[in-house]
Amino acid sequence: MIKLFKVKEKQRENAENANGKTPVKKQSAGELRLHRDISELNLPKTCSITFPNGKDDLMNFEVSIRPDEGYYVGGTFVFTFQVSPIYPHEAPKVKCKTKVTRQTLFAHSLFAYLLYFLPTLLHGCSVYLLIFFLANTIACILTCALHLQVYHPNIDLEGNVCLNILREDWKPVLNINTIIYGLFHLFTQPNYEDPLNHEAAAVLRDNPKLFESNVRRAMAGGYVGQTFFIRCI
Amino acid sequence: MADTAPSRSRDLDKLLLRAGNLVGPTFEPGTELRDDLQEYARILVVGAGGLGCELLKDLALSGFKNLEVIDMDRIEVSNLNRQFLFRMEDVGKPKAEVAAKRVMERVSGVNIVPHFCRIEDKDISFYNDFNIIVLGLDSIEARSYINAVACSFLEYETDDKPREETIKPMVDGGTEGFKGHARVIIPGVTPCFECTIWLFPPQVKFPLCTLAETPRTAAHCIEYAHLIKWDEVHSGKSFDPDDPEHMQWVYSEAVKRAELFGIPGVTYSLTQGVVKNIIPAIASTNAIISAACALETLKIASGCSKTLSNYLTYNGVAGLHIKVTEFVKDKDCLVCGPGVLIELDTSVTLEKFINLLEEHPKLQLAKASVTYRGKNLYMQAPPVLEEMTRSNLSLPLYDLMDKVAKDILHVTGVTGQSDKKTSCLRKLRVVFRGVDGVTDMDMAGGA
Repeated sequence: MIKLFKVKEKQRENAENANGKTPVKKQSAGELRLHRDISELNLPKTCSITFPNGKDDLMNFEVSIRPDEGYYVGGTFVFTFQVSPIYPHEAPKVKCKTKVTRQTLFAHSLFAYLLYFLPTLLHGCSVYLLIFFLANTIACILTCALHLQVYHPNIDLEGNVCLNILREDWKPVLNINTIIYGLFHLFTQPNYEDPLNHEAAAVLRDNPKLFESNVRRAMAGGYVGQTFFIRCI
Repeated sequence: MADTAPSRSRDLDKLLLRAGNLVGPTFEPGTELRDDLQEYARILVVGAGGLGCELLKDLALSGFKNLEVIDMDRIEVSNLNRQFLFRMEDVGKPKAEVAAKRVMERVSGVNIVPHFCRIEDKDISFYNDFNIIVLGLDSIEARSYINAVACSFLEYETDDKPREETIKPMVDGGTEGFKGHARVIIPGVTPCFECTIWLFPPQVKFPLCTLAETPRTAAHCIEYAHLIKWDEVHSGKSFDPDDPEHMQWVYSEAVKRAELFGIPGVTYSLTQGVVKNIIPAIASTNAIISAACALETLKIASGCSKTLSNYLTYNGVAGLHIKVTEFVKDKDCLVCGPGVLIELDTSVTLEKFINLLEEHPKLQLAKASVTYRGKNLYMQAPPVLEEMTRSNLSLPLYDLMDKVAKDILHVTGVTGQSDKKTSCLRKLRVVFRGVDGVTDMDMAGGA
C-alpha cells in the first residue's frame, strides 16, 4: 500500500494546483430506504400526507387521518413524523399534534363565542357572558398553544402515541405504510388495555356510550372533564 | 560496532526489515519502507475517547508520524479511569487538543493535528486527504456517516471492479464493558458498515403505556421521567442529555416515580446509563481493541502481514475469547456497491430515462422514482409529490444532474414477473457520452 500512498501524495499536490472538483455529500442509506417507502406509499383515501419542507426533505412530514367509521368518524387527526438518518434501524418518531395558526385560533374562539353566547344571550345576562367567554378564549389559547389534544385512550395530552410498532415491536422490515395503517387502526379500534390517557380508557371500558358522547364533544370543541379540546371536525 | 542503545524502531524493524511467509503481495522489506511510512502515511483517528487515546498512543509508537484526531467532546471526570492522556486539571478542555498535546510530548517526532468539531462539520474533501481512517466512535449513526463518506470516494471500472487508488480503508473499533470488536473495511472488497448493519439487534424500547401505567423496573421509572414527564412540564424545550441540570431533573423525577410504585434501584449513574445508553467502560477492553486496530492499520499501510479478514469479536466476560469471522460484501449495497452502469446521451429526458429502465436487461424496473444527491427528481407516489415533480419529466437528465459527466443515481420501482412483483431500490452509475472526452464504453471509468 505504501507505493499507493506516495502516488496519492503526488496526485494530491497536483489536484491542489489543478483545482479539481471535490466529491459532494451523498444521501445516507436511511434517506434512500425512506425514498423507497414514500414512493411506494399506498394510502387509503382516509389518509393523506404532506411535506412541509418541500419535495426534497422526506425525513419530516405530516399525515392526516380522517376515520370513516367508529367513534372518531368525521374527525381529522394530524401526526408529525421525524425519520432518523439510520432508518430503518430506528423507528420514526411519531407524535399527534397540529400547529394552531392564528386563523384557526380565531375561528375556534369565534365558534366558542357562538356556542356559549347565543343561549346565554337569550337569558339576557350580557356582562356575565362577556366575562365567561373571555375567560373561555384565554383558556382555549393557553391550552392549545401548540398542539391539538385528542381524547383517546392510547394518545396522551402531550401527543405521545402508544403504538407497539413505534417502540418495542418495530422491525426494519416494517415501513411508513404499516405505521400509517397502525395509526388508522387506533381510531377504528381504540384499546383500553394499553392506556396513555387513563380516564379515557376507563370510560371506554366501563361506559362505551359515555365514551362515544365524550369523543363527539371533544371533536366538536368543548370540555371533557378538566380539559378543553379544540374542534377537529 | 559502538555500544549503542537499542534503536527506537527495534520492534518495528522485525516486521518491516525482513521478508516472511505472511507478508502481503506488494511487501518490500527495507528501511525505505519504514521511512516512507513515517513520511507519507497520513492517518485520521476519529474520536479521542476511550479508544481514541489508546489509538493515538499505539499509532504514534508504531512509526506513524502524520496523525490527525477529531472529537467534538470535552473532558469529564468520568473519563479519567481509562482515557489516560487526561488528568483532573484537564476537565472541561477539548479532548482532541489535550490528547494530541500529550502524545506529542511523549513520542518525539510525531505530529498530531487536533480538530475540535463534529465529524459532519468537515468538508468531504478533508477525509479524502488521509490514507487510512481509524474509528473510535460510540454510535451507529456516526459510523454510518463516516462509512458513507469513505465509500463515496470509491470508483468502479466498467467491469465493476473497484479502482484501487480510490479505495479508502477504514479500521473500526468498538467496546462495551467486557466486550469489543475490531474490523477492517476495504470499500469494494470487504463488506462496508452498511452491508452488515442488519447484524445490530434492535434497541430496547419500552412500550409507552408500560411507562405511563405499570412500571416494574428502575429503568421504566427513568424512561417515564425522560420521555413523558419532561414534555408535560417543559413542553417545547427539548431535552439535552449533556446538560447536567436536565439530567438532575430527570433523576429526581425518576426517584419520585420509583417511590410511588415502590421500585428500588434508581441511581444517578443508572439514569445516565438508560438515558444516554452508556455502559460502564473498562480500560483493558479499550486497550485490547485499539491494539488490534493499530496493528491492522500498520499491516494495511505497510503490507507486512495479512490483514484481519475481516471482523474480530472479543469477549472478556468469562475468560478471554476472540473470534474472527469473514463476512461477505453485499453486492447490492447502496453505499459501497458498484450499482448498474448506464450510458446515456446528454439529450435523454427524465421521462425517457424512466422508460429505459423498464427494458434494461439488468434492471427491468417499472414505475421508477428517481433521486439524485438528495433531490427527488420524480416520485411516482404519493400524489402530492408526483404533482410537485411532474415538471421534471420533460427536462434532460443531464441538466437535472447538474451537467456532470458521470455520477450516482438511485431509483426505486417494481421488478419481476406479473405474479411475483417485488419492489426494489437500485444504485445506478450514470455516464453521459460525449462529455469530457468520453466517447465510448471502454474509455468510461465508472463513477
